[in-house]
Amino acid sequence: MSGESLLLMLLSMVVIWGGLAAAITMLVRRPHHEHMPPGGEDDPPADD
Amino acid sequence: MSDAGARGAVEPPQAKREHWSGQTAFILAAVGSAVGLGNIWRFPAVAYENGGGAFVVPYLIALLTAGIPILFLENAIGHRFRGSAPLSMHRVHRHAEGVGWFQIGINFVIGLYYTAVIAWALSYFYFSFTLAYADDPQGFFLEDYLQLGTPGEVSVSFVPGVVIPLVIVWGIAIGTLALGLHKGVERLNIIGMPLLVATFLILVIRALMLPGAVDGVEALFTPDFSALSDPNVWIAAYGQIFFSLSLAYGVMITYASYRKRRSNITGPGLVVAFGNSSFELLAGIAVFAALGFFAHDQGTTVAELEGIAGPMLSFVTFPAVIAQMPGGWIFGALFFASLVLAGLTSLISLLQTMSAALQDKFGWNPRTSAVSLGVVSAVLSVAGFGTTSGLILLDTVDQWSNQLGIVAAAVGMIAAALWFGKRATELERHLAAVSPMRPGRYWHLLVSAVAVLLVYMFVTKAISLVKDGYEGYPTWYLVVFGWGTIAFLVAMGLVMPRFAWRDDLEHPHIWPSREQLRLPAEVGAPVTEEFDPAIYEVDPGDGHDAGPGARTEEDGR
Repeated sequence: MSGESLLLMLLSMVVIWGGLAAAITMLVRRPHHEHMPPGGEDDPPADD
Repeated sequence: MSDAGARGAVEPPQAKREHWSGQTAFILAAVGSAVGLGNIWRFPAVAYENGGGAFVVPYLIALLTAGIPILFLENAIGHRFRGSAPLSMHRVHRHAEGVGWFQIGINFVIGLYYTAVIAWALSYFYFSFTLAYADDPQGFFLEDYLQLGTPGEVSVSFVPGVVIPLVIVWGIAIGTLALGLHKGVERLNIIGMPLLVATFLILVIRALMLPGAVDGVEALFTPDFSALSDPNVWIAAYGQIFFSLSLAYGVMITYASYRKRRSNITGPGLVVAFGNSSFELLAGIAVFAALGFFAHDQGTTVAELEGIAGPMLSFVTFPAVIAQMPGGWIFGALFFASLVLAGLTSLISLLQTMSAALQDKFGWNPRTSAVSLGVVSAVLSVAGFGTTSGLILLDTVDQWSNQLGIVAAAVGMIAAALWFGKRATELERHLAAVSPMRPGRYWHLLVSAVAVLLVYMFVTKAISLVKDGYEGYPTWYLVVFGWGTIAFLVAMGLVMPRFAWRDDLEHPHIWPSREQLRLPAEVGAPVTEEFDPAIYEVDPGDGHDAGPGARTEEDGR
């Protein structure tokens, strides 16, 4: 495999799979907003 | 026009609504919808034909400037306006309901033939154990299995080998849908998605160990940087992102409407977008490693191979690869099982989107909706795609519904929400109010810019189809089944809004209110106040909490 192809493959992996890892990490660290407006009661659940 | 509940008025009784059991369930379902057959048989070929390794540049730019912004838009619409695609669009703008029904029409049409492809994959999963397709993959697929007729023929000759798995797939789909969101759709994705990823990882590892695999991967990633100056390569990248993420089907609007109100929207949106692309990349490596092996076995190169995209990749080229592979039946079974799983999770999202619209419109429960919708769809699906003319009909309907219908639906949705509905600031502030990551105030400008590109894509495709026809099929056939599909979608958009919504949906409870988002009461009035979510920071000393609905989605898991 040429160096150029290898570099592009690694770059794609780092950016795309790294992007997924970063997005998951960010979500785990801050799963929800700490300062939401008051209210926001949910609708009654419908029967499945 | 002002929204009900906007100024703290006494809230009317709320409509019942199904919910995801938690954030993870939503993410798996949304990724399950996005990851479909196109990730496996479209992305690798598009990347290969549009610059190889260099394609990653326009692809990532398209992901960041179009995919994620439109995904945020759909999530914001569904989460704020709490309804199926038509209901949410109706609440966005009173004349926009038709856009939602146009999307439902697309789901209906695509659902009819998507099941057929899953049925083929189910058959091929079974054939893999005896390698029935190994001797002559093309002849087996087109002649023995599909018993393909001539273009322009409308056949009433059913093919039992297609009809039986097609009925089984519809049975699974109706059963899953009838179980409801939590027990059906959610459970299918919670089991199906990890299974799909695990199966595909095994496929990738096996494919990479084959002789010639490295040459195949090299073919995929060899960069052609001159392609970056070709506008068509950029359009291909935007098209790939757009089609791959299931944008504009109304699926993401519907799925976001099942999130609890106090839910992070942008964070899971990023996971869904990158999760979809991650699977695409994995699929690209698996497919090209296998093609590299096949080229090596045939004493040729990947560049010389034909049938590297679409159904021909999956049902002709791959069976040929499998036939040459040591222990090929295991690889074949895993590959076609992956197609079935990826297809089923996407199919269910299309059907749930339609079912939700029927439930909102007519007050049906999930079971009634699933059975009514499923039985009608199954009959039409078997009648159209279970015959000897199924493949040609599929090819035609797909071209019009996907290449024209979806693009038109996206433009309609963006125009209704941002241009005519004037909801850009409201939706941006909604996302900022419930999510730790703000989309930014220029987010909607990106979305509008993408809409302009989509208009260009629609016009060029429509001109090409009018001028050149498609695949040499007879003109009458294209008028009836191609343009007829578009006529059906338009009719859906015009007729369905004439039926009344079920009674308890008349007074939506919109949260956060426009007042809480520092917006004027009237939609479209000039916005004069800035909005900073930090104003809702709880002062530990003031004895206030975030209100009676302070539970977040995570608490419910």
